[in-house]
Amino acid sequence: MADNVTPRIRVPREAAAGEVIEIKTLISHQMESGQRRDGDGNIIPRSIINRFVCDFNGETVIDVTLEPAISTNPYFEFTATVPESGTFTFTWYDDDGSVYTDTKEITVS
Amino acid sequence: MTFNRRQALVMSMGAAAAAVLPLRLSAAIEDNIAAFTGGAEIGEGGITLTAPEIAENGNTVPVSVSAPGATAIMILAAGNPTPAVGIFHFGPLAGAQSASTRIRLAGTQDVIAIAQMPDGSFVQASQEVKVTIGGCGG
Amino acid sequence: MRKVLQRTVAAMALGSIASIAMAQDDGADLVINGEIEITVRAPAPAHMGDTGIDTILSGWVFRSDETRQLEMDDFDNPAFLAVDQGIEAWNTVEGTEGKSCATCHGDVEESMAGVRAVYPRWNEEAGEVRTLAGQINDCRTNQMGADAYAYDKSDMTAMEALISVQSRGMPVNVAIDGPAADAWAQGQELYYTRFGQLELSCANCHEENYGNYIRADHLSQGQINGFPTYRLKNAGLVQTHNRFRGCIRDTRAETFAVGSPEFVALELYVASRGNGLSVEGPSVRP
Repeated sequence: MADNVTPRIRVPREAAAGEVIEIKTLISHQMESGQRRDGDGNIIPRSIINRFVCDFNGETVIDVTLEPAISTNPYFEFTATVPESGTFTFTWYDDDGSVYTDTKEITVS
Repeated sequence: MTFNRRQALVMSMGAAAAAVLPLRLSAAIEDNIAAFTGGAEIGEGGITLTAPEIAENGNTVPVSVSAPGATAIMILAAGNPTPAVGIFHFGPLAGAQSASTRIRLAGTQDVIAIAQMPDGSFVQASQEVKVTIGGCGG
Repeated sequence: MRKVLQRTVAAMALGSIASIAMAQDDGADLVINGEIEITVRAPAPAHMGDTGIDTILSGWVFRSDETRQLEMDDFDNPAFLAVDQGIEAWNTVEGTEGKSCATCHGDVEESMAGVRAVYPRWNEEAGEVRTLAGQINDCRTNQMGADAYAYDKSDMTAMEALISVQSRGMPVNVAIDGPAADAWAQGQELYYTRFGQLELSCANCHEENYGNYIRADHLSQGQINGFPTYRLKNAGLVQTHNRFRGCIRDTRAETFAVGSPEFVALELYVASRGNGLSVEGPSVRP
């Protein structure tokens, strides 16, 4: 599945040093569970995003293992401590080998 | 189709019963838990699981987990065909050991959250979520 | 059989899961992103005088807290993935004329403000009532020389969602008189016509039984101010004609086609029952 996979990410643009901020991420992905059948009765094979990682300046914020029970258009809300200005990197790993990434900058005042 | 009052009552009770299925603990759950905990004992307290009492649609059920100080939290859906839902691993820059997501629940069941603490101990919380089977909305 | 069926539906509804203790209207207000105020309850428009409905209610009012929350922040609302796709489509050149939507309409926020609020509406040139989807396809085929979108598939719903956002918060205000009057009357007739094996009309559920349960479903007034809506069941956007098809199919009838004159008329009528509520699309529903 690599059709039309678009992420939506909300990270504040600024923060104070050491502040805890809230991050929301959403990505469009069918998350085909492998439980559904097609019109002929055959199982539609599983095809999901199986891992999501958020880093900041190279250090891990959160690393999520996803199973088919995560809903279509996987959504995650979590928090991060921001020690300094830098870049958040978001990476989603697909069963089919595709990797989707996006970044957001934040300035620490 | 003409229903008399008795038939209507039986049918609606049947519908109510069908929507509150008996809970089935499977071997799969035991395996998932064992893989995560290595067989260690699981305590209670220090972990919060937030899920709706009634989910309007089982396709997208918002849940949150929080366990201050935890290194990881695993979520299981006891009544799903495969109980594993996901595992949150918190890195050094996590602001708090909490996260929210949306999950699929195949029917009314217990949702279980187990947190791994840095000293190697585990704690769990669980909650039953009723999943309604739609009426005309399907 | 019809009367028994109607009473049975009500009886089954009352006998269903008692543990769902949801108020019919708990008075909560909807504010999106902390700033966009959405009118979710309003006085019923004059033309609904003999329906017995004093206050019209958005579908949002009937939903559980968790479902309501999904709509209150554009970052929580999964429909906005489609809005993003709509923005891309808006700026993409397609068709023989080498135009994109932006070529003629410029900035979507400016040109489309207030548009969704007055659709469906009479199109003088075409001599017919047009829905938003119908107009989008007219622009695509006649102005852009591009292929029409499939009426109810994701390309169309993404564009409808994008256009709908530009009217969010504004009152629905579709015209029911003048040249649109005939279509409106046709839509009204359809609304009260019983269809299918179950012989149910829109009014049976949405006018006579809103607030009650049909099995585990909390019946709304059937307003469409929130369309296109992200249905949790489909995990995707659903369009009005799609929902009309679903409802009629649920009465076990053969339904009209999406884009058909019957559904266009019905959409005009149903939209007018929401005159006064805010445009809420794209909303979130179960």
